[in-house]
Amino acid sequence: MALIERKGQLELGDGGDRAEPIGVFTRPMAETGWRSWVTTVDHKKIAIMYGVSAIFFFVVGGIEALLIRLQLAQPNGKVVSAQLYNELFTMHGTTMIFLFVIPIGAAFMNYFIPLQVGARDVAFPRLNAFSFWAFIFGAIFLNLGWFLGGAADGGWFMYAPNSGTLFSPSHGIDFWTLGLIITGIASTAGAVNLIVTVLNMRAPGMKIMRMPVFTWMSLVVQFLLVFALPVITVALFLLMFQRNFGATFFNPDAGADPLLWQHLFWLFGHPEVYILILPAFGIVSEVLPVFSKKPLFGYPFVVFSGAAIGFMGWGVWAHHMFASGLGPISVAVFSITTMFIAVPTGVKIINWIATMWGGRLRLTTSMLFAIGLIGMFTIGGLSGVTHAVSPADLQQTDTYYVVAHFHYVLFGGAIFGFFAGFYYWWPKVFGRMLSERLGKWNFWLMLIGMNLTFGPMHIVGLQGQPRRTYRYAPGMGFDMWNKVESVGAFIIALGVLVFLINAIQSRKHKAYELDPWDARTLEWMTTSPPQPHNFDAIPTVHTLDEFFHRKYDEDPATGAMIKVKEADQVLEEMGRDEHIHMPSPSYWPIAVAFGLPILAFGVIYSHILIVVGALMVLGSLYGWAMEPATEPDSGGHGGDVAPSTELVSHG
Amino acid sequence: MADVALHTPAGEHTTTGLSNTKLAVWLFLGSECLLFGGLISTFMLYRGRVIGSGPEPAKGWPTAGKLYNIPFTSASSFVLLMSSLTMVLAVASMQRGDRPKARLWILTTALLGCCFLAGQAFEFTHFYRDGAGYTTSLFTSSFYTLTGFHGVHVAVGVVMLVSLYVLSGRQQWGSEKAESVEIIGLYWHFVDIVWIVIFTLVYLIPS
Amino acid sequence: MDADTAEAIEPASYTDAPGGHGETGHSDMVYVKVFVLLVVLTAFEVALSYSHIGRAFIPILAVVMVLKFGIVVSYFMHLRYERTSAFGRLFMTGLFLAIVVYIAMLTTFRVWSS
Repeated sequence: MALIERKGQLELGDGGDRAEPIGVFTRPMAETGWRSWVTTVDHKKIAIMYGVSAIFFFVVGGIEALLIRLQLAQPNGKVVSAQLYNELFTMHGTTMIFLFVIPIGAAFMNYFIPLQVGARDVAFPRLNAFSFWAFIFGAIFLNLGWFLGGAADGGWFMYAPNSGTLFSPSHGIDFWTLGLIITGIASTAGAVNLIVTVLNMRAPGMKIMRMPVFTWMSLVVQFLLVFALPVITVALFLLMFQRNFGATFFNPDAGADPLLWQHLFWLFGHPEVYILILPAFGIVSEVLPVFSKKPLFGYPFVVFSGAAIGFMGWGVWAHHMFASGLGPISVAVFSITTMFIAVPTGVKIINWIATMWGGRLRLTTSMLFAIGLIGMFTIGGLSGVTHAVSPADLQQTDTYYVVAHFHYVLFGGAIFGFFAGFYYWWPKVFGRMLSERLGKWNFWLMLIGMNLTFGPMHIVGLQGQPRRTYRYAPGMGFDMWNKVESVGAFIIALGVLVFLINAIQSRKHKAYELDPWDARTLEWMTTSPPQPHNFDAIPTVHTLDEFFHRKYDEDPATGAMIKVKEADQVLEEMGRDEHIHMPSPSYWPIAVAFGLPILAFGVIYSHILIVVGALMVLGSLYGWAMEPATEPDSGGHGGDVAPSTELVSHG
Repeated sequence: MADVALHTPAGEHTTTGLSNTKLAVWLFLGSECLLFGGLISTFMLYRGRVIGSGPEPAKGWPTAGKLYNIPFTSASSFVLLMSSLTMVLAVASMQRGDRPKARLWILTTALLGCCFLAGQAFEFTHFYRDGAGYTTSLFTSSFYTLTGFHGVHVAVGVVMLVSLYVLSGRQQWGSEKAESVEIIGLYWHFVDIVWIVIFTLVYLIPS
Repeated sequence: MDADTAEAIEPASYTDAPGGHGETGHSDMVYVKVFVLLVVLTAFEVALSYSHIGRAFIPILAVVMVLKFGIVVSYFMHLRYERTSAFGRLFMTGLFLAIVVYIAMLTTFRVWSS
């Protein structure tokens, strides 16, 4: 939380000769072993932790999906009860959105934003660590319902009055509510951190319009997070007060309006879907140029359309509420704004296709996923356009047609984008390539699987199969397609399994050469994996696609770009900075984070724990504030908050 | 032109020459507008819904007009406004390097904040005795939630101010520490402007 | 939010003049005057709430509220004296979004006609 940093960086003693830290604990200095991970403030390690957690929850959410599909594979299914089915679809959606897509985005953004802008770390490294620990504690807390009386069962959108204690008496929704408040705090802190990083920690010459598109899209995402999360935080607190302290904010019997929840939820929820997709759009914008051997077509348009999506995303939220009784004027207004928001995405699709047009395409796995995104997202976008037409939406809403739409954009869009990112950046992060052979299997299984699973949902949805219903009667015309969908789901699972095998097996591959893809952007101007301080010398940036232009020059005779330098030569010529200051590891971020679930337990079970949790948070915050960001004797500046970017330019 | 990183007054190297922490705080305060906006909107929606679902209290369902003591709340508002003045004087003193004066103003601000909180506690106790409990009606729930969130923010501010007071007495604090005071000041003024909105919309308009 | 247009901040000049000029280059009296203005505006608001001026009450009160809000942000929070627009733009984005979306939301509930 920003209020930690507001206490200021305190010099202990007179500028550098401090001997003993205030307090009981000495500063951790471990560089290997589990302690180095628990106390790390290195954005790369934090990113890997986010990534591993996200993939774990991807599998959890996937298992929840497979159970749903087993139940729906036949009419009048008896695989799970109605109650368990409600918990499964609630947790599947919640897990996939909040515990997979968001953190895998955070993983990519945390790893690559500092590298892409030419920084050594983020603006507030300890805050970054706090964000991860708060996220993982919140994620675990959210899932405790499974073990403590039943998981949340009101749908991931948790509409009132189903969300109240009358219809959902177990603690599942309380774990959900409080868990999301905690993960929301984590993401808010992360958003502030990354925005300040992008604004304030760029290498010399890295102007805003020279930044890679992935960083740009990530910047838009962070703004969306920082402004949208407070709205759902309000909703979650109101629900928590209702369920645990007797308030009646969403209870119609008490004169409340359940639409208040819907508005507050979707005011967050719609920017949220752009939060989910924009990082993937950013990754695709990196991958396509590299594997088309052409610069991105229309960089300013791609950037501005991303910003436009972020801005316009605030004006469409009630299109999730067309059937809620808003009234014709509101419905008409939101219908029109929703139609407009298709435009900037269309701009991106055109620019991506134009990037590939006339390029020398290399169909690596990463490229296949990127092209797959363009195709699959377009399909999902088209069904989205049909939703915008509110009279049509009245038939589509609450049916499997909607499920088809958002799975095409989320699976075919966000997930395909992230997988493109895995195959592209794996060698940079781990120093080894993923197998291209297994990668192709991964891709085709996922592509075929997702189309088998979600394609028929358009049909059965329009024919009337409702969402969130644990069984359907035979003879409605749904039987065959549901079987196909369930088979498709297992094909997806097979694809994911292939990926996991690929990931684990990659450790056996030989360490790769420095620049396997002949890439274009700054993060490739480092060793693989990068050293803790990222760059030996912070580069001075002269152009967009700086790395590309250091390797390639224009042939005066033909005008074509020819390679004049290899990657290792570029790295060698960068030299080495004399003073490299890195922030030191710290216990306090995980300590502060740990107080939060304790506090949350207190709300559910015993109010005294609220005080205990709050005191843990407060005490740890003091420890954090008293500790300098960098230990003087480790060679750092005692008072710096962020690792300093020593600006001796080395060309 | 971001060709060379610039120095902030506190000595950081940043691309814009602006302090990381100050950028972070202004951004955070921007997000807090959405937090308080949501709570205020909830209140605006429910401020007329005074009938509850439980048994009717003996004194009848309290409405805003019957409940409020505007002179008292005006005094509380005055106290909070004054604390903003003392806060900005603390920042100005700190920037001049006048540490003793800065500490005096910081302490005064904290004390005024405590006065405000005491006033809130006093007020709420009376409201409760007049039949307005947290769960009495949607009006009371929204009222207490909104003012409660604000009160917690004030309390956090007081804690930060007291911590600042204590820490600034223990070691050498020069004018380079002015930024810390300024940051806490920004937070404190924000809490004040939220109250400006609450005082008008919640207290004055219904009466 | 184009940070490239943010100009370099010159190092702050601190003087030793007691009760004199801080970073803003003006004296503390400005703050006291601003405070007095805020108190006057508040007193005006409260007085207005006791008088019965009918339908003009809410608009006038709203204007005064916005005025007080703006004064604290500009003077106490120093936004008026910052050489950069970055801080203001970050804050105003949040404020603008909050005002627009919440007014839109409340409009769908038709609270304005009550």
